[in-house]
Parts: sequence; structure tokens; C-alpha cells
Amino acid sequence: MAGEIKTEKPPAVETITVKVDGKEIDVPKLTPNWQNNLVPTTVLQACEHAGIEIPHYCYHPKLPVAGNCRMCLVHVGMPGRPGPDGKPPMNEDGSLKIDPMVLPYERSTPKGVIGCATDLIPGMEIYASSPETKEMREAVLESLLINHPLDCTICDQAGECKLQEYSVEHGQSESQFAEYKVHKPKAVDLGPRIMLDAERCVLCTRCIRFSKDIANDDALGIVNRGSYNTIATFLDTPFDNNYTLNTADICPVGALTSKDFRFQMRVWFLKETKSLCTDCGTGCNTVIGSRENTMYRYEPRENDAVNGPWMCDSGRLNYKWIGSENRLSQVQGASGWATAITEISGKLEEAAPRSVAIIGGARQTNEELYLLKRLAEKFEAITDSVPRTGKGDRLLSHTDKNPNSTGSRLIGITDERPGSRIADIVAGIEDGTIKTLIVFGDDVTKAGISETLLDKLELLVVSDILPNNTTSKAHYLLPGCAHAEKRGTFTNIKGRVQKFMKALEAPGDARPEWEFLHELIENTTGQNGFSTIEGLFNQMANEVEAFKAKNLTWSALGDTGVTVEI
Amino acid sequence: MPKEVQRVKLSWWEKLYIPTFLNGFKVTLGHFFSFKKSKVYEEKNKDNKFKTTLNYPEELWTVPEGFRGAPYLVSDQEGATKCVSCQLCEFVCPPKAIRITPPGEDGEAAQREGAEKMPEDFEINMLRCIFCGFCEEVCPEQAIYLAKDYYEGYDEKLMNRDYAMTGTNREEMIFHKDKLLKRGGTHHDQIKKWEKKTREAKAQDTFPIDLPDKSKKN
Repeated sequence: MAGEIKTEKPPAVETITVKVDGKEIDVPKLTPNWQNNLVPTTVLQACEHAGIEIPHYCYHPKLPVAGNCRMCLVHVGMPGRPGPDGKPPMNEDGSLKIDPMVLPYERSTPKGVIGCATDLIPGMEIYASSPETKEMREAVLESLLINHPLDCTICDQAGECKLQEYSVEHGQSESQFAEYKVHKPKAVDLGPRIMLDAERCVLCTRCIRFSKDIANDDALGIVNRGSYNTIATFLDTPFDNNYTLNTADICPVGALTSKDFRFQMRVWFLKETKSLCTDCGTGCNTVIGSRENTMYRYEPRENDAVNGPWMCDSGRLNYKWIGSENRLSQVQGASGWATAITEISGKLEEAAPRSVAIIGGARQTNEELYLLKRLAEKFEAITDSVPRTGKGDRLLSHTDKNPNSTGSRLIGITDERPGSRIADIVAGIEDGTIKTLIVFGDDVTKAGISETLLDKLELLVVSDILPNNTTSKAHYLLPGCAHAEKRGTFTNIKGRVQKFMKALEAPGDARPEWEFLHELIENTTGQNGFSTIEGLFNQMANEVEAFKAKNLTWSALGDTGVTVEI
Repeated sequence: MPKEVQRVKLSWWEKLYIPTFLNGFKVTLGHFFSFKKSKVYEEKNKDNKFKTTLNYPEELWTVPEGFRGAPYLVSDQEGATKCVSCQLCEFVCPPKAIRITPPGEDGEAAQREGAEKMPEDFEINMLRCIFCGFCEEVCPEQAIYLAKDYYEGYDEKLMNRDYAMTGTNREEMIFHKDKLLKRGGTHHDQIKKWEKKTREAKAQDTFPIDLPDKSKKN
């Protein structure tokens, strides 16, 4: 149950005691690295546990540690070397003697260590906010800014740029650099989706490590020497794997930018809404960036159970249809919603059992499919979804291109093989036993129910987002909402139930499908359901076996969802 | 506790209100026959000591010193748009009078080499604008200025002076990029940062590296 207090204790973790800014703190001795192997906890992570942020560029929790930007330099104190008796030097009161680190040849100068790659030692003292540490940061930042152009006005990264943020927090206001900045190529076409501005690069190599170790495409590297170091692809081969846009995300500065988002909108105007990607069954967690009802971009949202911090390019660019001019925005077949719902309910009430078939697309949410299932139970209707498959890969992209195939199966719209009952529906329409067809979010003409068959139907109710062959044949066409325009849940291919939020207003008369389905069901079956998405979800979770087993509730889903047994 | 305000009790004479009206008329008539000159009209009143009103629009008002004017876009000496569409003015604008349409990936190239972008459209809703000057203050490119006096192409007959900004409908009062640039005129840019940067970059492509002398200030 939600709200139940967990009594079982987490397994005991071996801890290390260190001092951060004079405060003792116990941190786990080992921490999972980017490959999920346990490695010794670092100084940077210990500070994170203590709630102190150490600035960094090259370090990324999901990438191998490189330790080349030097931004995470901190001043630390270490226990002394053990003496002849095998014991480290002690204070008079018997405690371990800690000496702040200094340069060996100049003992008056403090020595820093890079927080991202220095393992913790018991008793270590980390001076994360000391004047020495501050001075080190200022110096590193000044050196990083030597050749960085003053491009903020024309740079797409401005507003989410680590260089800007740290300059404000840790930088000096003036540069001592009096020479000319080194100029490097600007607006370099790295690949079909990525643009490189070599001048802005701080050479943190996050993009190189990502391509090599995560995307398994060792496409990027550094060429030239010294201050002419430049990120480049080998012999100008395009950087075009399906994960290139992640490099624009992890780039801490504006060196790698997305061509799709280039010069579209400044990031500080974007409203961020938690959502899901609908490109395939993986269900990557996303953040929609929108301003005034226009969607500008998708960004991945970290969820280690699904996508980590990444998402694929094809999914990320699969949003243009939401703002398309072709969107269905008018109720067709009736003068408006009220009359359409009344007329359809009237006709459905007269329908004989088994004369109705329902196609509930696996692009609809769990809640909508559940409502369709309830409608189907009333008429003992055959239900199914149209399967859509495509190319997948080993990383995130799945071959099942429907975002909610699992949900559709769990709720009972389809059986193990989606699309297997369509042949029965075709036969039913042909011999005249099926007189009514309800289609939600699918083009059935692509799945074997031809247009001539649709002509034979007495009633064809279609709800969709974009026009297709099925919508053109509909007797009643009910404009639906894209996922960005409503709330709901999807069940991904591994059974993770995840919710998404509303970012945009639907065009014209379009309404969320679950809203008018709820009205339709109330009219035809007389059952009064919940008129809120929370109530509807909780009701569904009580009735669908797989959801019930996990005691799902809308609020218990959280931002990252819950995995159910499939 | 809310403070209770004591109301002044009116006497029967005050309750009549007629004396109050008469008092008001007295002020108006006083001004009508006034010999006093207000500072604002001092110059205009030089020849006619009795006059306190202005024959507007034939006669124009001298705008006081503190008046900032209205925001317009400026071009540089070469006639290129200075704005790079960074949208900081849009962000800072308190009444949200500014609306910039960014160029997008395949928008028109910037007129200044190196600046990479310029706005596709720049709108200022002069009905919303409160003429506060935040946009001028925030602009990192010195591309927007509040101009109060004559701008290039000022037509005395058309009376298009800033304080007499007129229009017959709301649409007309939303100034677009062309109109703003025309009214803004030329700003003599001393720094020319993009040109300087491009020059430096070009110099580094050549060998031996031929850098401009930095001791000279432009």
C-alpha cells in the first residue's frame, strides 16, 4: 500500500568516516560507477553526500572518469605516513594527525587533488569551501576561459551552460589574459544532427567517452596540438549514430549543439514538463521543453530503471507531429461533442452483443485502453491493437514501435500476439456479424481491414490525432490528444508503468480520449466512473490483475514509475 | 488588527457641496486668466504672457529632460542589424511588450559576419511598453535604444515624434523589425566586436600569423 512504512532495513553498507568542511560524515566505501561496478567512493561523491556541490566539467556519473578538466580541484588533508612502529602519526590526544596537503617542493603552497578521481581514505579531511580551494577553482576557470569566446549572446547553450554558472559562482570577474584568443573553426557540421563550435569547447571529452563507451561508435577524437586541440570526426566521416544528440546534452558548454534546436528558442523561456517518449516500447523518460503551446524539444530525464540519462535521436526528434497543421481538431459527423457523444451512445445502446469490434491502439494510454475494455465487455466485443514494428538496437531503441503494447496486453485488449484477432474482425465484417467498429489511434487499413470493408459497416467511430485512411471513412470522427496534451500512463516493454504530464493545450476541439470515453461509458453502460485521471488510474489499478498485484496508485507511481509483473 | 480610520465629520455648510463646486470653478478661472508661467511652457510663452495652452499639433511641446523616449532597434555604420536575437530584452521586459522570433536553423544569415544570427522578426507592442529602458540596459550588443528626439527620416509634417506616437488600431501600435530599424537609425559602433573577432580569426588562418597591433585601440 502506498503510505505504508517500510520496516525492513536496507542491507548494511561498509562506510568510511571523512570530514567535509569540518563536519564528520559517514559515506559508503564503495559506489557504483558508470558500468554499475562497485568502485571506491571519490572525494567528489563524498562532498555530494555532504550536500556540497563540487564544480566539474569532465566528470559525469554515467561515463568513465577522465579527470582532465581540473575544475573539481579541492584542498584535502591526509593522515601522515606510518612511522617505524607501523602507526600513522598521532596527535597528543591520541587522534589521527591530519596534515593539509602541500606542494613537496614548496611547503607553503597548498596542493589540490581532483575530486572526481581521488579515492577516499579513512580520516581524510576535505576542505571543500576553504579559501585555498576557492583560489584553485578561480585559477582553473580563468585558464579554461582563456580561449573561450564571448559568444553567449549567440550561443544556444546560454542559460544551461556550466561555464556561465561556474563563472558566476566561482570565477573572477576579470581575466589576466592579455594576448589574442586562439580562434578555431565555428559552425562545423559534425553530422546530420550535431553542430560543433570548436572555439567554445573546453575539451572535457565527455562526447568522446559517450560515443566510444555508451553508443559503441568510436567516432569522435581530439586532433591538433596544444591550444589548437579540436574535437573532430575521423577524416570528416559524419557523426551519425542514433545517439548523437546525447552529446549535445552532456556537453557542459555550447560546443556541441543540436541542429534541430539551433537558434529556435532561448532555454530560459522553456517550460519543462515531465513526459515520456512514444517512439518505441522502451518508454524513455523525457522532459518536454515548450513555450506558449509550442513544443521545442525533448530532453532525456534520468531514470536508471529505463533509460539512464540517455535517449535515442529518432525518439528525440519524434515530436514535430504534435504541432502539425494537419492535426484533427474538429468533431466530424455531428455538430459538436455533446451531440456526437449522445448520438454514438444512442446507436451503441441498440447494438446487439458481438456485433461490435474495438481496435484500441497501443499508442493510447493504460486508462483509455481500460475504458475501451469496459466498453468491449458490455458488447462482448472482439478487441485488438495494430502492431507496429521497426528497427531496434541493443541500447534503447526497441523493435516494438508502440509505446504501450504491454499495457494493452495486461488490460486485455490484445492477447500475447497483438494483431492476431484482426483476421476475426475482418471475417466478422465480411459476413455481416460485426456492424460497428470503434477505432482509437490506429490506421486499420494498414492492418488488413480495407476501405471497402469499412464501407460495409453500419457505424464506424474513429478517434485519432492525425488524418489517415481510417479517419476519412469515419461516421463519427473524434479528435484526440497527443501524449503531450493530456495526462496518463504507459506500460513499457519491460512492464514499467510510468506517468506523463500535460505540457500543451490541444488544438481546436480536440479532447483527451479518456475524458470522452468516460462520458460514452457512462451513457452506454450506466456505470459512473471517475472523472479525474488519478481516480481513473486507481480504479483501473484495482481491477487489472498485474497492477493490483503491485498495489499501484497514481501517486505511488512517482516520477520514475513502478515495474509490474508481465 | 485593521486600523480604523476616523471620518471627518462635515458641517452643514460643507454638506451643501455648492461652496466646494464654487471653489473648483475658482481654480479653473484662476488658471484661465493666469499670468503665471509654468516652467514647461516657459519657452513657448515668451511672446504671449497670457497663454498657458499649446496650439498642438501646430506647436510642439518641448519634451522634458527626463523623458527617455521609446525603444527602437539600431543599425551599425554599415547599415547592418545589430541585434543577434539573444532575447534578453524579451526576458527582462516587465510588461512583456517585446516578442522576438528567432531565426531557427535555416533562417536568414546575420548581416554582420561572425554574428551568426539575427532575429527573423522583432516586435514591440508600444501599447504595452512602459518605456522603462530595461531593454536598452540589458542589451549585450547595444542594439536597442530608447530614442526621444528626431530619428532618421523624421517628418515634421507627419508628427511622428515619440511623445505623439499614434495609431488608429492595436495592430498598428505593434512595431515590427523594419519599422523599429527605420526609426532607430544608425548607432556609431565603436567596438565592432564581431568584425574584430572575425578579423582576428582570419589573421590566424594565415602564415606567418599576422595579428593586428593590440596596443592601438581600434
